[in-house]
Amino acid sequence: MLSKKQARAFFLGGTVVTFLIFIGLTIYSFSKSQDQSNDENITEAVVRGKKLWEDNNCMGCHTLLGEGAYYAPELTKVIDRRGEGYIKAVLTTPVDWAPNGRKMVAYGFTAEEAADLIAFFDWIDDIDLNGFDTVVSPLAKDDN
Amino acid sequence: MKYKSQKVAYWFFALSMLLFSLQIIYGFIMGFAHAGFDGLHGFIPFNTARAVHTNLLVVWLLSGFMGAAYYIIPEEAQRELVSVKLAYVQLISLAVVGVIAIVGYHFNYWEGRKFLEIPRPLDYLVVVNVLLFLGLILTTLFKGKRRTTTALVLSMGLLFAALLYLPGMLPFDSQVKDSFFRWWVVHLWVEGVWELIMGGILSFLLIKLTGVDREVIEKWLYVIVGLTFLSGVLGTGHHYYYIGVNKIWLIVGGIFSALEPLAFLAMALFAVNMYRKGEKKHPNKLALYWTLGAAIVSFIGAGLLGFAHTLPQTNLYTHGTLVTAMHGHLAFWGAYAMIVLAIISYSLPNMTGRKLYESTRGRMAYWMSNIGMIGMTVAFGVAGVVQVYLERKLKMEFMEVQKETEIHFVVLIICATLFLTGITLYIIDFIKHGKPTDEALVATTN
Repeated sequence: MLSKKQARAFFLGGTVVTFLIFIGLTIYSFSKSQDQSNDENITEAVVRGKKLWEDNNCMGCHTLLGEGAYYAPELTKVIDRRGEGYIKAVLTTPVDWAPNGRKMVAYGFTAEEAADLIAFFDWIDDIDLNGFDTVVSPLAKDDN
Repeated sequence: MKYKSQKVAYWFFALSMLLFSLQIIYGFIMGFAHAGFDGLHGFIPFNTARAVHTNLLVVWLLSGFMGAAYYIIPEEAQRELVSVKLAYVQLISLAVVGVIAIVGYHFNYWEGRKFLEIPRPLDYLVVVNVLLFLGLILTTLFKGKRRTTTALVLSMGLLFAALLYLPGMLPFDSQVKDSFFRWWVVHLWVEGVWELIMGGILSFLLIKLTGVDREVIEKWLYVIVGLTFLSGVLGTGHHYYYIGVNKIWLIVGGIFSALEPLAFLAMALFAVNMYRKGEKKHPNKLALYWTLGAAIVSFIGAGLLGFAHTLPQTNLYTHGTLVTAMHGHLAFWGAYAMIVLAIISYSLPNMTGRKLYESTRGRMAYWMSNIGMIGMTVAFGVAGVVQVYLERKLKMEFMEVQKETEIHFVVLIICATLFLTGITLYIIDFIKHGKPTDEALVATTN
């Protein structure tokens, strides 16, 4: 049977080894040849859009890349699904947007802010999501 | 209670109970909104309720863990806390940061990153607060007469939890990298270092409640936390399947997540076996219930239900659906809420001198909250599976599907009411114990 010393060695050894592998894999998956995060296409508008996304806690209702709350629709590929005009209307409306009765806060964004958010969603749409995008969005184009 | 300074724990537990009650209220707001009654939308929109609900969970559990540490460490180290005054300062600052964050969420003051909504300026205060806490705990431990494995594992868990808060503060322009490192905090907390904290508390309770030899219990503690890290660290990969990073994570995350239930299974078997082995029958039955319950329910909620949607092939369809909420609720309840309620049930009679070990109220609190939570989990599960089939298989519109699942949230609210009744009884029991007192400082059998 295992002694306490061996049990401790198992714990410490296992922890160190898995942490090192984890850090190694992190470096590997963000290395130039493996990176699929679409980082090279980030523009200033995308960054401003992301900031707006966070400042208003959109993830508190919506999901993006499958992450967030489950109260409002997934927004990956939303531009392909709805078109820019529709999204701009939702973002700039001064009254609560309530399709099917479920309300969204009336943020009343300016036209520039709406454009930034659209740039952000547009950038999201071009990330290689290992096939998830085709599941959440049947209308999306298959070629990323 | 053997040391006067252990009384500090009481106030952390009291704060815990207060925040827990608030968390449940915000849960109800969300449940009603999902069932089609979002009357509070103008004042508390869903994203506010959501941020408050999840952040309160984190803060009340942390407050509970801190209380547990203030109770356990003096007893394990066999000396008083180095400074009781600073411990109170730490308590008050924790409460203040918590209140500012929670109030702020109602005024669009947040950082919109799931689970890490606390705004940046407050993050720094959190860091200072946690450093103060760790300073107190670690100096007490190292000045103490003995350094037990239980105390070391508990302190290590708390120390790593603090360190791992930092990756969440890195700024990124890329949503992908932002998500990636956010999980370093969120996943490595709940499926890593928090399990160390849980293991430490569990082992302390088992030593006290079963009378099994410390050496035996602590040996298994190492094995369990070893299994936790072995599976949990690389298991982080299950959050990386579909967020825009390399396919390597599908394999790594898949394999190691599949191993994650082992740590919880080991924990459950360990707790039940130690109970069976134990010759000493501690009179505090309620504490024993919560302790064994935590070990068993965490295996079901975190282990089995986690496994139910952790394989990439399944997760492709369940990622970002109510299935996650199903697993999340029972996992957090079993692993962390119940262990905090266990240490409170154990320590409260010792701190107050009122030995309310057995009562109908205490038993009702246990069973009603557990049955209520299991009912809620089933309601979330059914709603989640319906959502997956209609939305992701049959390609129906999101909102049409949500209309179909409203009825499940009515069931959820009914079960949540049962849960709330149980927790209310628990809190009544907490209040009935009264305040901690120095007279409870006696050499009792425990």
